[in-house]
Amino acid sequence: MRTVECDVAVVGAGPAGLAAAARAKRCGAGRVVLMDRDRELGGILNQCIHNGFGLQLLSQELTGPEYAEHFINEARDAGVETMLDTMVLEVTRSRQIVAVNRTEGLIQANAKAIILAMGARERNRGGVIIPGMRPAGVFTAGAAQRFVNMEGYMPGKRIVVLGSGDIGLIMARRLTWEGAKVEAVLEILPFPSGLTRNIVQCLNDQGIPLYLSHTVVDIHGEERVEGVTVARVDSDLRPIPGTEWDIECDTLLLSVGLIPENELTRDVGGELDPVTGGPVVTDEMETSTPGIFACGNVVHIHDLVDNVTREAWTAGEGAARLAARQQPGGETIRTRAGDGVRYVAPHLLHLDNLVARDVRLFMRATRPAERVQVEAVVGGKVVFSKFERVVRPAEMVVLTIPPGKVSPGKASPDHAGGGSHPELVVRITPRDRDTAVEGGRKA
Amino acid sequence: MQARRLAADVVIIGAGVVGTGVARELARYDVRVVLVEKRADVAFGTTKANTALVHAGYDAEPGTWKARLNVRGNSLYPKVCAELGVAYKNTGSLVVAFSEAQVLHLQELKAKGRINGVPGLEVIPRERVLTIEPDVNPDVVAALWAPSGGITSPWELAIAFAENAVANGVELLLSSPVIGMDVRGGRVSSVRCPGVVIDTGFVVNAAGIWADDIERMVGRDDFEITPRRGEYYLFDKRVGHLVSRPLFPVPSRSTKGIVVAPTVDGNLIAGPNALLVGDKGDLATTAAGLAEVIEGARRLVPGLPARESITNFAGLRAVAVPAGDFVIGASPGVPNFINAAGIQSPGLTAAPAIAEAVRDILADAGLELAEKPDFNPVRERPTRFAELCRDEQSALIEKNPLWGHIICRCENVTEAEVVEALHRAVPCTTLDGVKFRTRAGAGRCQGGFCGPRVVDIIHRELGVAPEQVTKKGGRSYILSGPSKDSLLEQTACRCLAHAIRDDGQADTEDVGTEDACRIEMREREGVGGHAHGGV
Ligand SMILES: Cc1cc2nc3c(=O)[nH]c(=O)nc-3n(C[C@H](O)[C@H](O)[C@H](O)COP(=O)(O)OP(=O)(O)OC[C@H]3O[C@@H](n4cnc5c(N)ncnc54)[C@H](O)[C@@H]3O)c2cc1C
Ligand SMILES: Cc1cc2nc3c(=O)[nH]c(=O)nc-3n(C[C@H](O)[C@H](O)[C@H](O)COP(=O)(O)OP(=O)(O)OC[C@H]3O[C@@H](n4cnc5c(N)ncnc54)[C@H](O)[C@@H]3O)c2cc1C
Repeated sequence: MRTVECDVAVVGAGPAGLAAAARAKRCGAGRVVLMDRDRELGGILNQCIHNGFGLQLLSQELTGPEYAEHFINEARDAGVETMLDTMVLEVTRSRQIVAVNRTEGLIQANAKAIILAMGARERNRGGVIIPGMRPAGVFTAGAAQRFVNMEGYMPGKRIVVLGSGDIGLIMARRLTWEGAKVEAVLEILPFPSGLTRNIVQCLNDQGIPLYLSHTVVDIHGEERVEGVTVARVDSDLRPIPGTEWDIECDTLLLSVGLIPENELTRDVGGELDPVTGGPVVTDEMETSTPGIFACGNVVHIHDLVDNVTREAWTAGEGAARLAARQQPGGETIRTRAGDGVRYVAPHLLHLDNLVARDVRLFMRATRPAERVQVEAVVGGKVVFSKFERVVRPAEMVVLTIPPGKVSPGKASPDHAGGGSHPELVVRITPRDRDTAVEGGRKA
Repeated sequence: MQARRLAADVVIIGAGVVGTGVARELARYDVRVVLVEKRADVAFGTTKANTALVHAGYDAEPGTWKARLNVRGNSLYPKVCAELGVAYKNTGSLVVAFSEAQVLHLQELKAKGRINGVPGLEVIPRERVLTIEPDVNPDVVAALWAPSGGITSPWELAIAFAENAVANGVELLLSSPVIGMDVRGGRVSSVRCPGVVIDTGFVVNAAGIWADDIERMVGRDDFEITPRRGEYYLFDKRVGHLVSRPLFPVPSRSTKGIVVAPTVDGNLIAGPNALLVGDKGDLATTAAGLAEVIEGARRLVPGLPARESITNFAGLRAVAVPAGDFVIGASPGVPNFINAAGIQSPGLTAAPAIAEAVRDILADAGLELAEKPDFNPVRERPTRFAELCRDEQSALIEKNPLWGHIICRCENVTEAEVVEALHRAVPCTTLDGVKFRTRAGAGRCQGGFCGPRVVDIIHRELGVAPEQVTKKGGRSYILSGPSKDSLLEQTACRCLAHAIRDDGQADTEDVGTEDACRIEMREREGVGGHAHGGV
């Protein structure tokens, strides 16, 4: 078995892995090795040939592959070593990686720090439990996307999409352009789960109907899909008897969510967040296993690649600091999702970092709301907040806490109120309309 | 078109575990055997959708075929699976009782088992059950321990039977539905499939739930097969540790009840329920059926997490009416037409013994059986990358780099295994065929990752156009055809490029007012709807 000694090994070369590797190298790490099981760098971006990447970070509207190219170049320029067609089979607590590829066989990498950036996989039929027959023609939207965009083949001609996730919306448009008829997009929730701009551009502009509060209750066809039965659901998301109708189709695409690809993380044995399905991480993006970092969709599902890249930079910096033995020590404070927030990441913040730099918190709203304050609360006091005109579960909310808002004194146990563990609670609260000032801030 | 004409001593109809088992048994002898199967592969019938248990044999009525062949089949499993390289684990099994009344029932089962010749049955107390199965429902009172119970892989067994049969001279015709038979002077003389006529001395009817239709082709109508559907949950390997051996509830009159069992691959299976269905094609799962399965499974293992489910499926039991038992023997009035029909549970367990019984019936009916000196009972287990240690893996990759290319990310299946599966004694041409042979697509992502890659390998290795590759033969195509030139996409993309503000909001000027209104309306509906329910 070939052995590779390195400062930082990165698993997965999507936008997260690429940016993390490049940043680690730029921040002074020695040898940085980036591995991916696919034949190209760029991860899921390679099959996203639509526009809409990089608006925030690169101030341009790029396609997925173009966005990837930018960061592939950065990684190359920084001197990151890449290994493609290389599957990582195992990651250990002692920071060893076992990987395999065709040319070198099994490879063992010994690293000072490992960054996990394996992305996510799509939830499939078994995960959402759709009764009915089991014919060919049921695809996850991402698998269909790979067929169309990378292999040049169509999954079918008459299509129903279940789930209003972004991949499904984008595929609905793509397949329409390819000459297929997309009969309907069904969403079980009363609100869409994809970005608004995708609803507009991919469905409305194409004349594809979106049925909210609807789901598929039966699949027909012995060999190939011949149709589906759909029904309206009640507020507990249960199909309402009597509301069923049939749609003829030859294909059912599922866009029912992504699941962080955490098999390797589980092997390592670190703590996982039950809501995100990803590892619990610090503001350095370090998992609960020392020296093992994580970023991107493997931690929580991102809708904007720009945020993935930002998070990856943090991980890269953290890993480089660890390799150089310059990690922040000292006290940490735990974050917690409060009212109106489904989850928040990172989960642990170093007080040193809160004093010295911007600390970015990513969160998802539990429900759509208008005119709200996004607040960070420590010891019962709002330490920082910002106004949002609309929040939706589909769109990540970012709260960047400037340096000095949480000082070691404020976060000490007596101020924290409940228990001995100091925590920072984030919540989304309706803003009092009378006193609201557009874009204003509550101090 | 002139039909191809073949000659055989025995034609076996149906390549499930029963038909392939008979074929492999007859391959020991100097007889010409043709095995015909209407589907694209072996094991695509009931054999691919059952609980995969090697039953001990305590619940069949003493004196029935079921009782006799279950116990005999069970005792043949270790040897058969060792010879054929098939996964089999002698885990033992437990029937779990939750009341004193049920404990009495355990005693009855034990007594029945003793008559049937089941070894080692024992009623064990609560504490022992909880020691060996800590996740079982703590309300357990006692359990029947059957040390000869076990688990296997039904399709591995049928594929191995078929491969070993073919290696020993049996001819296998796939995608060949039997559409008629010629009967002369009270005996079957030939079997007809589209494009092929097989003149034969004997016919074995192993057509599963279609066995009554096959018997009607020789003018007999001795039994009717009423399909009884059973639905399943299959769980992720992550929860595979929850049970170490099959757990049964105390059985009802008609079924063994909803079982929770480990699989030989490390997953967990729960099911089946039991529902008579009118249609032999009705393999649909239903919301009500799946709910029944989960409920039944949770009675045995309360901690079973539904969210770890990776797939659901259903299988059809071939219940013969009026017999209720297996229907094994020459059809009355057609002495060279041998039924192996009504093979419901424990048919998988009994299969090796059914093969012996059918052999003996054929011999009694006049088939001459001279042992072949060169019969080779061994079929090597195909190498699986995931089953090897790192050194063995390294050695393989050195010989053939395709062993270093992982195709299925969930089960760590390599390209070498997929290629090998496509070129074995029994041809495999479909995605499901590859899945049953290699486990590519059988893991938690259910082929989402490897699907496109396997299509590509089938295309390359077998010279089949991608749009002709199927999931399971027939019209089960995966792809409808090539996509349009991607140039179109690029132009359209440019036309639609919208300015999007920094906060991710669509700029409505570009979208057009009508569309903007539509989206606004839908969103309001959405927000409003939820507000009523929750806020
Ligand atoms: C269809 C779709 C449309 C999107 N549209 C937009 C958009 O318009 N604008 C936008 O800003 N964002 C968009 N996003 C979101 C954003 O692109 C993703 O969130 C982002 O790509 C996630 O990056 P990642 O690096 O975490 O994961 P990925 O890109 O999934 O990369 C993970 C990589 O890890 C590799 N890997 C995993 N396991 C292993 C292993 N064991 N060994 C080796 N390699 C491994 C994989 O091969 C993969 O290359 C979209 C996402 C999708 C899926
Ligand atoms: C829900 C369920 C659970 C079960 N659990 C167990 C268990 O745990 N343990 C156990 O021992 N047994 C179990 N069984 C029973 C076991 O699965 C069956 O007894 C066994 O698989 C039957 O095999 P077979 O070869 O008879 O049928 P099949 O596998 O159905 O094979 C019959 C074949 O005949 C072919 N055929 C039909 N018509 C034609 C035609 N006209 N021309 C050519 N070919 C034709 C079909 O395509 C099919 O491949 C279970 C069964 C069910 C349904």
